Amino acid sequence: MSAFLDFGPDAVLLAGLTGDNWRLKDYVARGGYEALKKILSERTAPEQVLAEIKLSALRGRGGAGFPTGMKWGFMPHNAPEKYVICNADEGEPGTFKDRDILRFNPHAVIEGMAIAAYVMGCGRGYNYIHGEIWEVYERCEEALAEARASGFIGSRILGSPFSFELFNHHGFGAYICGEETALLESIEGKKGQSRYKPPFPANVGLYGKPTTVNNVETLACVPLIVKNGGQWFLDLGRPNAGGTKIFSVSGDVERPGNYELRLGAPFAKLLEMAGGVRGGRRLKAVIPGGSSSPVLPGAVMMETCLDYDSIAKAGSMMGSGAVIVMDETRCMVRCLQRLSEFYHEESCGQCAPCREGTGWLAHIMHRIEHGEGRPGDIETLDRVAHNIMGRTVCALGDAAALPVRSFVKHFRDEFVYHVEHRRCQVADHV
Amino acid sequence: MTMPLSVTVCQKIDQAIAKYPAGREQSAVMAALTIVQSERGWLSPESLRDVAAYLNMPPVAVYEVASFYSMYHLKPVGRYVLTLCTNLPCLLQGADKAARHLQEALNIGWSETTADGMFTLLQGECMGACQEAPVLLTNHHRMCCKMTPPQIDALLAQLRAEAAGKERDE
Repeated sequence: MSAFLDFGPDAVLLAGLTGDNWRLKDYVARGGYEALKKILSERTAPEQVLAEIKLSALRGRGGAGFPTGMKWGFMPHNAPEKYVICNADEGEPGTFKDRDILRFNPHAVIEGMAIAAYVMGCGRGYNYIHGEIWEVYERCEEALAEARASGFIGSRILGSPFSFELFNHHGFGAYICGEETALLESIEGKKGQSRYKPPFPANVGLYGKPTTVNNVETLACVPLIVKNGGQWFLDLGRPNAGGTKIFSVSGDVERPGNYELRLGAPFAKLLEMAGGVRGGRRLKAVIPGGSSSPVLPGAVMMETCLDYDSIAKAGSMMGSGAVIVMDETRCMVRCLQRLSEFYHEESCGQCAPCREGTGWLAHIMHRIEHGEGRPGDIETLDRVAHNIMGRTVCALGDAAALPVRSFVKHFRDEFVYHVEHRRCQVADHV
Repeated sequence: MTMPLSVTVCQKIDQAIAKYPAGREQSAVMAALTIVQSERGWLSPESLRDVAAYLNMPPVAVYEVASFYSMYHLKPVGRYVLTLCTNLPCLLQGADKAARHLQEALNIGWSETTADGMFTLLQGECMGACQEAPVLLTNHHRMCCKMTPPQIDALLAQLRAEAAGKERDE
């Protein structure tokens, strides 16, 4: 047996995982599928399960942080065809937690989806897996085959009247498909361009039918909540945000990796778990919630706790829990330039403010970074970002604009230096 | 000229179609394109028409999908497509060094193919494995982690040996 992977002492979602014990028999040995068995054998009313999810204060782990119980509650009762979708299109730069959940503990997600389907009355589900993680897709196919063979997925599950079919859908390279309506378009066999909301997927979703889309980590929490109770989960976190959260720490730390902490833990603790800033350097900046969340100066971050409200108060977002750490040697202009390139590349082209605006941002950032910045460029950056925000169908536009505004706000001097001196202020260039 | 899809390809596409409700064959288009690309290396206009005919879709709808997702190739590529992530978390772990090293070792730039048709080099976006940065994918299937210059050299040597071995077998 391999050694347990170290996700931290507070881990519940990732506890006891070695990297090898992902199979159904291992999951069952850890108490897996007990929650599903319990509600099916006791014929627990779906409303009662939903009440526990609501009590747990579980919030969406994909980035938006929307209360999961409330989202499930939006699903109509009397529709004959309903879907539950797992969003495993994990492409937000800096985020790599869902990959670990799926490759190390795929059955937790399968069980979570089955319970979600039971509560919302869905007969069918899909797990939309990020295109770049083919090996994880293959593992999910294997795990699903195991679950089917053991009667946890399929018709009349464990002899109950409840039937649920589940399939994996493999993406093929489009960041935008992490947005839930673009993801639905993609499953329908179209290019992934977001839909107008309303109508929301709970009313008009996959194939026009009521649909709920939840993140991998969100669904993986569900069996634990059903098994241990909503109060148990709530007590792990904050009053309006229960549970633990997996933080993906990347960048300038000694030990990049996934760490699971109770919501509300101090950022300083997370940084310590990741071995501190690499090479004993000083912390300069942190992007706390994936590349779309505003960057914060290191000093601000060191005083911040890791929960939705605290990070919002500090001026950023919890997002997907992807913490990108940058040390004192990093050039903020270069960092933002690469992110701007990303959003330009990934804009789907549907809305003019995003399609054209991300191009302008990337173009201007490129020239500032390459010593060709012009007077007024910094103001133009901010204006373009402002003009994208709130003017697009989906959140990709805002996601492209928020980093720009925050980098310029907190590190304006570096941008000014680049424009005026046509070179970088920071010695050790990224 | 349209080449008929092979029996194996058709079987695989049928398996993909079976994942979706009756009448929703279009949902299998991404899988079908992936399967055909795996067999033929890239997606020619003929391949797109083959997929369209098989799924009973207008060819333009198939083209729309194939041109939207970044991992489909609408032009011929090398035997091995190497996609290096250069997004911020990988950049902070030395993706720029890895990029320079790859470009020098292969003597090509981004989106180019080596003269011997062995390698195509692509700049990728976040692959969701940043703890193992810099990350590189070979033929969109195998993820190679912590790609320092020595690791890159070892990978290139291994792929060249693999290709030579296959040619000997053939």
